[in-house]
Amino acid sequence: MTTATASPRAKLRPADRIFSTATLVAGSLILLALAAVAIFLVAQSIPALVADPADLKGSPSSFWAYVLPLAFGSVWAAFLALLMALPISFGIALFISHYAPRRVAQGLGYIIDLLAAVPSVVFGLWGIKVLAPAVTPLYGWLVDNAGWFPLFAPPVSGTGRTILTVAIVLAVMIIPIITAVSREVFLQTPRLHEEAALALGATRWEMIQMAVIPFGRPGMISAAMLGLGRALGETMVVAMVLSPSPGLITFVLTGSQNSSTIAGNIALNFPEAHGVDVNALIATGLILFGITLVINSIARVVINRRKAFSGAN
Amino acid sequence: MNFKRLGTIGAIAIAGTILLSSCAANEGTPAETDAPESTLSGTIDGSGASSQGSAQEAWVAAFQTANPDVTINYDPAGSGAGREAFIAGGVDFAGTDSALKQEEIDGGFAGCVADSGYLQVPVYISPIAVIFNVEGVTDLNLDAATIGGIFKGTITSWDDPAIAALNDGVTLPSAPITAVHRSDDSGTTKNFTDFLNKVAPEIWDAPAADAFPYTVGEAAQGTSGVVDAVTNGTNTIGYADASKAAKLGVVAVKVGDEFVKPSAEGAAAVVAESPAGATASATDLSISIDRLTTDPTHYPVVLVSYIVTCLEFTDAEAAPNVKAFLSYITSDEGQQEAATSAGSAPLSAELSAKVAAAIATIK
Amino acid sequence: MTTTTEATGIVNSLTTGRLPKWSPWVILAGSWVIMIVVFAFMAAANGTEFNIAAALVLGTVLFDVAIFVLAYLVEGIRQAKDRLVTSLVATAFILALIPLISLLYTVVSNGLPRFDLSFFSSSMRNVVGEGGGALHAIVGTLEITGMAALISVPVGLLTAVYLVEYGRGALARAITFFVDVMTGIPSIVAGLFAFAFFDLVLHDPGIRFGFGGSVALSLLMIPVVVRSSEEMLKLVPNELREAAYALGVPKWLTILRIVIPTSIAGITTGVTLAIARVIGETAPLLIISGFTASMNYDLFDDRMMSLPVFVYTQYANPGSDVQPYLDRAWAGALTLIVIVMLLNLIARLVARIFSPKLGR
Repeated sequence: MTTATASPRAKLRPADRIFSTATLVAGSLILLALAAVAIFLVAQSIPALVADPADLKGSPSSFWAYVLPLAFGSVWAAFLALLMALPISFGIALFISHYAPRRVAQGLGYIIDLLAAVPSVVFGLWGIKVLAPAVTPLYGWLVDNAGWFPLFAPPVSGTGRTILTVAIVLAVMIIPIITAVSREVFLQTPRLHEEAALALGATRWEMIQMAVIPFGRPGMISAAMLGLGRALGETMVVAMVLSPSPGLITFVLTGSQNSSTIAGNIALNFPEAHGVDVNALIATGLILFGITLVINSIARVVINRRKAFSGAN
Repeated sequence: MNFKRLGTIGAIAIAGTILLSSCAANEGTPAETDAPESTLSGTIDGSGASSQGSAQEAWVAAFQTANPDVTINYDPAGSGAGREAFIAGGVDFAGTDSALKQEEIDGGFAGCVADSGYLQVPVYISPIAVIFNVEGVTDLNLDAATIGGIFKGTITSWDDPAIAALNDGVTLPSAPITAVHRSDDSGTTKNFTDFLNKVAPEIWDAPAADAFPYTVGEAAQGTSGVVDAVTNGTNTIGYADASKAAKLGVVAVKVGDEFVKPSAEGAAAVVAESPAGATASATDLSISIDRLTTDPTHYPVVLVSYIVTCLEFTDAEAAPNVKAFLSYITSDEGQQEAATSAGSAPLSAELSAKVAAAIATIK
Repeated sequence: MTTTTEATGIVNSLTTGRLPKWSPWVILAGSWVIMIVVFAFMAAANGTEFNIAAALVLGTVLFDVAIFVLAYLVEGIRQAKDRLVTSLVATAFILALIPLISLLYTVVSNGLPRFDLSFFSSSMRNVVGEGGGALHAIVGTLEITGMAALISVPVGLLTAVYLVEYGRGALARAITFFVDVMTGIPSIVAGLFAFAFFDLVLHDPGIRFGFGGSVALSLLMIPVVVRSSEEMLKLVPNELREAAYALGVPKWLTILRIVIPTSIAGITTGVTLAIARVIGETAPLLIISGFTASMNYDLFDDRMMSLPVFVYTQYANPGSDVQPYLDRAWAGALTLIVIVMLLNLIARLVARIFSPKLGR
């Protein structure tokens, strides 16, 4: 800092240069790693894409016919999970940041973080041994009484291991992630904005609507994307809990036959796969990559429209 | 305040380090025994079928106790992964539920001396049980055609006449059947569907495969998954390694004119009298199981798991360890060990002699 | 003049009636009691088991409706909305607690029988059936995850700093975008990639070692670290940076001494989340770190066990007597949760020690 007094003009200090280069290198390293992963995925996928579809597992009419039901299953399960997790997560985050008394809030935050600590294998075990048997009667009731509704079309699953059960487990898994990130974002709302809103006579909810949510929206979307990424890529829970039917596209939530997901399908079939089947599995991984890419681009567009609220621009 | 906290963290860290850096209580130098000292040392790695995973665990434990300087790792990654790793030279031996295919043999093995051949021996024979969980039913007799109908989805209710005809005096509930099959590819499915396809081809028209062929019923991952699904569900039926059937009901399968429950003796008997497989030779003892047997002392729904390894290793240090380990596995003692801890069926005396002769050719 | 307020239709919330302070609690308790009674009657009538969880959930929903209606009648629509949201937020919290409690109860009650000293002092070498422990898996998990954190946190944090403080133009956009894409790598693909990469580099087709697992986990961890710390860094008000620059503080020092400490609480939360995200990963470690029953302290040589793989294999490949294997699986799960809890606690202490005092 003494160098600053020696020169009246701001000059680039060596330390500054070293630091900025380090950040640049770190960023580039990520690009490099991702490029390597992408090359690996593409190189391993090509044999499956050009192979005779009859050689693929289940002899689909083409590779796309093989991957489409899986892609659908991934998106459907993740969508259901997000649908359940988002309102609950934002509710908890708001509860902790703006409703609960400060002392209580920290404890509550810790309890929710506990959920994030639970590894996916344990969620899988819990899903099979506790949740699936617990929801089976509920599904039976739903199908009996709401079977006319396409999502609950009969017959009902006898073991409760359906896409809805998986989505519930996935939702429970991503709630702590979304909550933790959005809680931190809500806590960073400028105090003055909140006080200004309250001073104008706003109720607490109106204050949140006017000050907290607009400020936190990019962060909320980021949080949701993190959660979605986890839900899309989750392997073990889907493999352990879901009762999949290969090559099937169905919206039914409570039946025995469910669309499998890409990640779950890889985990189930990889151990016994050989030859072009391995390539086909990796190619489905590439597709999942593509799906995440599209969803994230959409999210980015939404966030960028709201850039004015970021503190750093 | 902060210093106090830092102190606590430090104390936890130190205590943790001490605990973790100490050696495992069950490892290290073993107590002196009267057993002759083993000269073997080194590490050998295997990978493959999860079906023989628990048997391997018992074999490895017994072998390492007798030869304390040897470490054996068996990775129950799956038959396909195991064969793939062995072909690429990544592991010293592979466990597999289906015998090597001709094209895999023709491709050669990276870990073996070129053109020295390979060894493929059966080590683990296990009956596959058809398990069920139906309220009020403890005994169930089924034939291959009925089992095929249930798993294919053409028989959907427990009081179906086809089931009732085989079970006189059993009150079957008028409830839908939930048939649970494996969602992952597995040797268990392959052997189960092979049985159905051979015995009841008019119903089960799909050839034997690692993957379940029809889009019906429920699916669950792994033997444990199927057992859990059948146990926790209602009016369920599934198939799994007989040793994992636990407290569930086990179907007696029609063989000839009688209904036979899975047993180690029945499984061993059918394997002993089955013809050799397509690729068989003096060092390839693959078996084509006789599913059509009508002898009621046989239980034809059986899984045979092999070990595949080199006859001549490029890494000469592995050879004596692999040879000693395989000799132990296929010995009476080893087979008994697997029978008690994994519930498998010991190899018959005749097969065992052939296996021992094959293993003796490892250089 | 006094009549204008009435003419505009705006109700002065200071003068209209308000519900007494205790009313939400009474309504909540009342709703719960009503639903418990209803469910108890239903259970008695149908002979089914009394479902306390469902009663509490429906009771809470009833409370949400009741408080909205009551507040609307007494306090007006604005207050009613506020109360509705308050109760909904609390409902969300209660809803989230149900699976949490169920899960923790399941893990703790199943895990405790084997959560004993021998579980932490022995490995599975030469153990068949009962006994044995997970020391080898605990050591493996700590080493593999520690190494993964050692790779991911600096890279991730520096990248986040680059994106927020330096990055402009195409490169920054590319990094942001591809970090998002990275969140979509299925964990098993990360394992396959690490395996293929080290196979290629080290020419060992059967390669299995702990460090490979760390690399695979880093691939999964970095995007979480970048994404969460980027959000946190962005939220640091520009006034703080400008004040620092105005005092002649160099940019790098501003970042290290002003920006990062201000957001340290959020960053540590992000890092612990990232660790929690990867410490339970099974699939990639099965592929690249392998499976062993023996101790191994060396990250760079030979197979290394980890807790998730331990839990999974104990569950998936039990011997003929299943119970000891299941007990070990649950005890392993409990250990894993305890480890992450401790990490969480440490992270919170770190955050509290280093973060400046905020208004809240």
